[in-house]
Amino acid sequence: MTPHLLLFYLFATVAVAAAVMVVSARNPVHSVLFLILTFFNAAALFILIGAEFLAMVLVVVYVGAVAVLFMFVVMMLNVNFVRMRQGFLQYLPVGGLIGVILLVELILVAGTWVVADTPEAIEPRPTTAGLTNTEALGNVFYTEYFYLFQAAGVILLVAIIGAIALTLRDRGNIRRQDIGEQVHRDRASAVQLRKVKSRAGI
Amino acid sequence: MDSLWTGTIWPLAVIVFYILLIAVPLMVAMAYLTYAERKIIGAMQLRQGPMTVGPYGLLQPIADGVKLFFKETVIPTGANKIVFVMAPMVTFILALVGWAVIPFGAGIVLADINVGILYLLAISSLGVYGIIMAGWASNSRYAFLGALRSSAQMISYEIAIGLIIISVLITAGSLNLSEIVMAQDGLWYIIPHFPMFMIFMVAILAETNRHPFDLPEDESTLVTGYNVEYSSMTFALFFLGEYMNMILMSAIAVILFLGGWLPPLNIFPLTLIPGPIWFILKVCFVLFCFIWARATLPRYRYDQLMRLGWKILLPFSLLWVVLTSGFLVYFDMLPR
Repeated sequence: MTPHLLLFYLFATVAVAAAVMVVSARNPVHSVLFLILTFFNAAALFILIGAEFLAMVLVVVYVGAVAVLFMFVVMMLNVNFVRMRQGFLQYLPVGGLIGVILLVELILVAGTWVVADTPEAIEPRPTTAGLTNTEALGNVFYTEYFYLFQAAGVILLVAIIGAIALTLRDRGNIRRQDIGEQVHRDRASAVQLRKVKSRAGI
Repeated sequence: MDSLWTGTIWPLAVIVFYILLIAVPLMVAMAYLTYAERKIIGAMQLRQGPMTVGPYGLLQPIADGVKLFFKETVIPTGANKIVFVMAPMVTFILALVGWAVIPFGAGIVLADINVGILYLLAISSLGVYGIIMAGWASNSRYAFLGALRSSAQMISYEIAIGLIIISVLITAGSLNLSEIVMAQDGLWYIIPHFPMFMIFMVAILAETNRHPFDLPEDESTLVTGYNVEYSSMTFALFFLGEYMNMILMSAIAVILFLGGWLPPLNIFPLTLIPGPIWFILKVCFVLFCFIWARATLPRYRYDQLMRLGWKILLPFSLLWVVLTSGFLVYFDMLPR
């Protein structure tokens, strides 16, 4: 048993265990924390197969941004999971159906697997000789899949604009700060000197 | 068995030794950063700073450490105990693991990985978890508000940092930190990327929750924010983490803009001084700027902070990415 294999089993076990905890934890915040642990172990598995760029991007995007948003939502919304579980039986048929479909799909995918003769045959291998991960990905993204890559960017942009358009509404009483106006205030317009009589006020 | 020893255990022991070689001086540096901060701010405010413990107050950080160590750890009744205790550990560990990829000199680096700068970005984007966990687990309104402020602030400024890093990467043509430094041989990126250097300095102040952007621990409105319920070593870990993050961010600034371990000019007397010394001197300079900002600038208001991050720094750094890449493509200067 090589240390490499040992590490693989360690990360894989923790990832699966944490994934189980995501759905079984009572506290939603704990669920999110376990989700982060799962992402981490997935990133570690990426590193083990030599996909360092993907691992880092997984951590930056999913752990650093997406899971933070999850965390925000879960912490702010105060979801009562015990009450949500009460409707469990009601959703069981639909949920079970989706679960069965996913299971069948997974079995179909697993059926095409080829088992390697030796563990060395599935050891990490660099994608392209002499190129780093990042360079290899960049070469593919910006040449062969250039239009698809740009299209993905445009779709994301549309999604951002859509989200803003959905939430932005003028409530009428927003007081906006005009920095230019503030900076251009001078003594004449900002300060008023008055002689105030005692006990008279202004 | 022999191959296990030479192949696994011995290299592991060497790595542990190197980790200690980095971590222990770092702890000392961090302790004396607090001393330096108090002394420098003292000097700027015409005071003396710590003077009584040891000669010139030099033993003050040790006294502080011992004091914190012997205090009682109080865990609030309503707190979520596991998350409460984990939060300072997360902050501290994340502040420490970033150092794995920092090159101190030519070839003097623990892990010379190809995606070094992405690794640092990933680590710094995780820093928000320690704070958000602390704020939530404390079960206290001040702590929660501080945590929310802090996470919003860190996410906002990280985007600007990411774009600044992209400008530097386009110029250097590598994600590897050592190669970024080597690409600055002759011309430090502070010269072509000067506006980006200034924005980076502002953004790392916000990223480490330092003055003038220390709204998460705004003592006049939030009684120190996310760490209000923490005492003793749990507090000390937050404190250590914050200062360690300052040093880490300074090191990143030095690597990206100030030529890492390279001397300012490649001429005779300057090249005699070894690289790590230059590196440390430059880090000290950036740290001085951190403290200088703290002593000089008043605290920002929260909406002003968000406006600065999203409406000024972000568009400007995005524009700079376009300008840099346009310039490099037009003059055919892209690194091969």
